Amino acid sequence: MVHLREMPDHLREALINQELPEYGDTPWVTPKPLDECRVALISTAGLHRREDDPFTPGAGDYRIIPDDYDMGDLVMSHLSTNFDRSGFYQDVNTSFPIDRLHELAEEGVIGSVASRHFSFMGATPPTVMEPIARDLAGVLKADNVDAVALVPV
Amino acid sequence: MGGLAHYLEDEGIPTTQIALIRKHAEEIKPPRALAVPFELGRPLGAPNEPEFQRRVLRDCLDLLERESGPVLEDFPDDPPGADVEQEGWACPVNFAAPVEDVSDQELLEQTLLQEIALLKPWYEESKQSRGGRTNYGISGKAPEEIPAFLASLVVNREDTPSPFGDEKPVHLAFKQMADDIRYYYMESAIARPDGRVTDLDIGNWLWGETTLGKVLVEIRNWAMESEHPGFKALAPTAMVPTHQRHRTIHG
Repeated sequence: MVHLREMPDHLREALINQELPEYGDTPWVTPKPLDECRVALISTAGLHRREDDPFTPGAGDYRIIPDDYDMGDLVMSHLSTNFDRSGFYQDVNTSFPIDRLHELAEEGVIGSVASRHFSFMGATPPTVMEPIARDLAGVLKADNVDAVALVPV
Repeated sequence: MGGLAHYLEDEGIPTTQIALIRKHAEEIKPPRALAVPFELGRPLGAPNEPEFQRRVLRDCLDLLERESGPVLEDFPDDPPGADVEQEGWACPVNFAAPVEDVSDQELLEQTLLQEIALLKPWYEESKQSRGGRTNYGISGKAPEEIPAFLASLVVNREDTPSPFGDEKPVHLAFKQMADDIRYYYMESAIARPDGRVTDLDIGNWLWGETTLGKVLVEIRNWAMESEHPGFKALAPTAMVPTHQRHRTIHG
């Protein structure tokens, strides 16, 4: 396994102890009860539809993943070579739990699944990401999304 | 990831998230985070383990019911199979030893073409076993179009023209075609159902036992010292995985 604890020491230390941006106080919004929430997924795995442009270095943009898209055609063009991809090859849900989210909606754990999900390519500098993320919040509201689950890679 | 949570929550969207590196969540303090003890690339733990994946997602979503935050909780369990000893995973195809003479462009190209041809039936079988799913296709080039370009990059370095002409700079062409061909090899390598195979197993084979690995290491070796801004930017972290960098000159 390419687990953190099995990475070469100097690389693991560099990853864990990298300088992180400051985001200030933690904001807090009280959501609806979970079983009434319409939930969207946001991934930072560099996922997109096969027909979309791949991600490019330094990109802060995102790709839309419509909920009714055939997830078998979802591809990953994240630039990093430093995380496991074999799990994603075998099962999309290893990094993008779309089937699990639908099951939780069917079971009534969450209210419903949003009509669109989103993917960024992670490790984007905050100055680049902030305006895009704030704009995305408006898009989510327009789709009546009550909560998002953020899934890193 | 935690930054996105800050911005979205600040705009009024409640967020919850999975955290693969606990220390980062401790420092960034997103509103709600579930720290998981999984390897990078597998935020839900393991492939084809729906029950386990559902528990992870459920626990992550349950954080939305906490009354105040920031919330940082731990998922308690290692992924299924984490304690199983690997039993000698092997690629379905045995290759000859990687090419020794990397100055012979024609030999490199022909050897790569041969590797691709040998893998092809396994790639197709692997793809079929996943209902036609493949990550191949980022670059827009067929596998057989890639060896000539990679062989030229080993020998002619930055002077190699982009196969896309003015449409795509040469370093991006390299990144996308190199990733595509790695996907091709890796997907072929997991054709035989094994379930527990990881990037490390496949990486040890691809980077240690194939001519493709040798070619990509050679390109990384010169790219680390290149003045070409595109290659220079990609070389440190976007060419060779951490667990295989010991094969390169610069580590």
